[in-house]
Amino acid sequence: MSSEDDFMSGMSSDEDDVLQESENEEGSADDFGFDEPEPDLGFSQKEDVQKKKKIFDVNFKVYQPKDIQAQQDDLIDEVNMILDIRKEDAAILLRHFRWNKERLIEDYMDRPKRVLEAAGLGTNVAGPPKLEVIPGFCCDICCEDEPGLKSFAMKCGHRFCVTCYNQYLAQKIKEEGEAARIQCPAEGCKRIIDAKSLDLLVTADLQQRYHELLTRTYVEDKEHLKWCPAPDCQNAIECGIKKKDLDRVVPTVVCDCKHRFCFGCILSDHQPAPCELVKRWLKKCADDSETANWISANTKECPKCNSTIEKNGGCNHMTCRKCKHEFCWMCMGLWSEHGTSWYNCNRFEEKSGSEARDAQAKSRVSLERYLHYYNRYANHEQSAKLDKDIYNKTERKMTQLQSASGMSWIEVQYLNSASQALQTCRQTLKWTYAFAFYLARNNLTEMFEDNQKDLEMAVEALSEMFEKNVQELAEPKLKVEIMDKTSYCNKRRVILLADTADNLANGVWSWGIDF
Amino acid sequence: MASSQKRITKELAEVLGNPPEGIAVNLVDEGNVHNWNIVMDGPEGSPYEGGKFKLLLVLPTDYPFKPPKISFKTRIWHPNVTFDEHGSMCIGILKPEAWKPSSKIMSVLTATQNLLAEPVPDDAVETSAAEKFKNDRPLFNREAREYTRKYAK
Ligand SMILES: [Zn+2]
Ligand SMILES: [Zn+2]
Ligand SMILES: [Zn+2]
Ligand SMILES: [Zn+2]
Ligand SMILES: [Zn+2]
Ligand SMILES: [Zn+2]
Repeated sequence: MSSEDDFMSGMSSDEDDVLQESENEEGSADDFGFDEPEPDLGFSQKEDVQKKKKIFDVNFKVYQPKDIQAQQDDLIDEVNMILDIRKEDAAILLRHFRWNKERLIEDYMDRPKRVLEAAGLGTNVAGPPKLEVIPGFCCDICCEDEPGLKSFAMKCGHRFCVTCYNQYLAQKIKEEGEAARIQCPAEGCKRIIDAKSLDLLVTADLQQRYHELLTRTYVEDKEHLKWCPAPDCQNAIECGIKKKDLDRVVPTVVCDCKHRFCFGCILSDHQPAPCELVKRWLKKCADDSETANWISANTKECPKCNSTIEKNGGCNHMTCRKCKHEFCWMCMGLWSEHGTSWYNCNRFEEKSGSEARDAQAKSRVSLERYLHYYNRYANHEQSAKLDKDIYNKTERKMTQLQSASGMSWIEVQYLNSASQALQTCRQTLKWTYAFAFYLARNNLTEMFEDNQKDLEMAVEALSEMFEKNVQELAEPKLKVEIMDKTSYCNKRRVILLADTADNLANGVWSWGIDF
Repeated sequence: MASSQKRITKELAEVLGNPPEGIAVNLVDEGNVHNWNIVMDGPEGSPYEGGKFKLLLVLPTDYPFKPPKISFKTRIWHPNVTFDEHGSMCIGILKPEAWKPSSKIMSVLTATQNLLAEPVPDDAVETSAAEKFKNDRPLFNREAREYTRKYAK
């Protein structure tokens, strides 16, 4: 387990406890836990949750806007005290040094003048910033010189009227989105406008925008901070994973807004596939979209009677309405074979070399191979959506059932947990197919496919139970089965991810196709 | 914008009252202070010497918060000016990050003059001129002089 420590640089240990997802390896039927805060079921889950960190978990921390502000304020206070300079100047210096406090302090101790100069904080004249009326003043920008004209100068002494200052700053903030590096309006003067002076010169809405922009630069300048990409989410995530680690770890983080994403590339959760593989795969899918599109279509023909069959749930177990033939949507094979140990819907059977001798045959085989993986990748994506639809429909009915039957909100939560598990597991399964596409065929790959198969079978079984109608769902027996299957799915997912991450960290996967 | 008007009028008066050597200015249209005709003499010792170059200076409505636009109306073979009917010029002081509202037209004019005397090939917009300027100065000078004779007399 020591290998995981290599990826955790830059995080202090006291943050560990925050980072535990409430997933359980030995999940009991009561405990399906994914991203949803668990309902309090009347007993403490603490001991269950405080399991050892899984190898595929990375340390991360979610910050709300107020936390991000507080962090900046703390750093500013610290520099203000250590270097004995104004807070506004400390803020400018920190931004100039991209919030590297240590380097700032070191450089400043060495040669303060040079540091101040470089950050746009030239020679100092004392006194807080204020607007002044100076007799005989003529603004160099607008050439107004009427008596009583209010003007302002930063410590560089370049004085302009308030109206001009205001227009200048409005343009910088609103049009150019600039905040941390707005210079004095005087030609050639590199002095940076500080927050206090700015607040004196612009209206409240501009002040607010300015501070928002300043906060953004804090996150954007910090190597270990990234904005949550969910629309309308204002949170930032801190994670110590560096770019160079990304071929050995898939840093998946979960924002407080529930959005799961990869800290490395900001895309939605793509465990177990590493970022570079994901990038290649998505590009390939985009390039080959025309060839692949017909495959992922929502209608197919029954392999027995050829009547059209439409998929309207996430489950792959299809039953032809007309002839009652039961088959698998993915491989069109007999469904009865899928429950048994020789289930091999997930595995691509490589054709023997003799069959693919000429170039045309080879290219057909390579297309077939790609379609095998793409097909399953796309299917899980699609099924996750359909499962979600089913859940939404069910949720409405459950609400009705609740009021009709007197079942409590907590008593119907098992469906929510099942839905969560289906979503998360399908997301993982989806990426296992992209992952497998690039793998070379060897023992490790066989083991990977066994894990994949186990998870997939469990997910399809859960999906099938989940599609039952409300009356059936309300049965206590089915409820227990769903709860068990949910926790089993989560467990299989954890096993698959742990194995894959372990091999990735140790660099032992061998790739058949480079990415 | 009234403030813009006052500032421009003042700058115009300064340039007219005390024109920099080798530069003549007049308004394109007497009623509009935003468009200036400039006639610039080719600097001594440069391949543009002896030429008279017409330029158009346009001051945007939000001048001086936005920089003026300046272009050559006379064709000129120069690394930093496009050799076409636009005569667009790349000059440091007019770049948005360098322009300050207190920057003056006078500085723009003298900077343009300096650019004629000393091209900046690393900032080139006319790459063939820049190549020759860097690699075969005598050839560059000869061609620039020919074009000056052809277009700027
Ligand atoms: Zn003014
Ligand atoms: Zn200044
Ligand atoms: Zn978020
Ligand atoms: Zn990624
Ligand atoms: Zn049929
Ligand atoms: Zn199948």
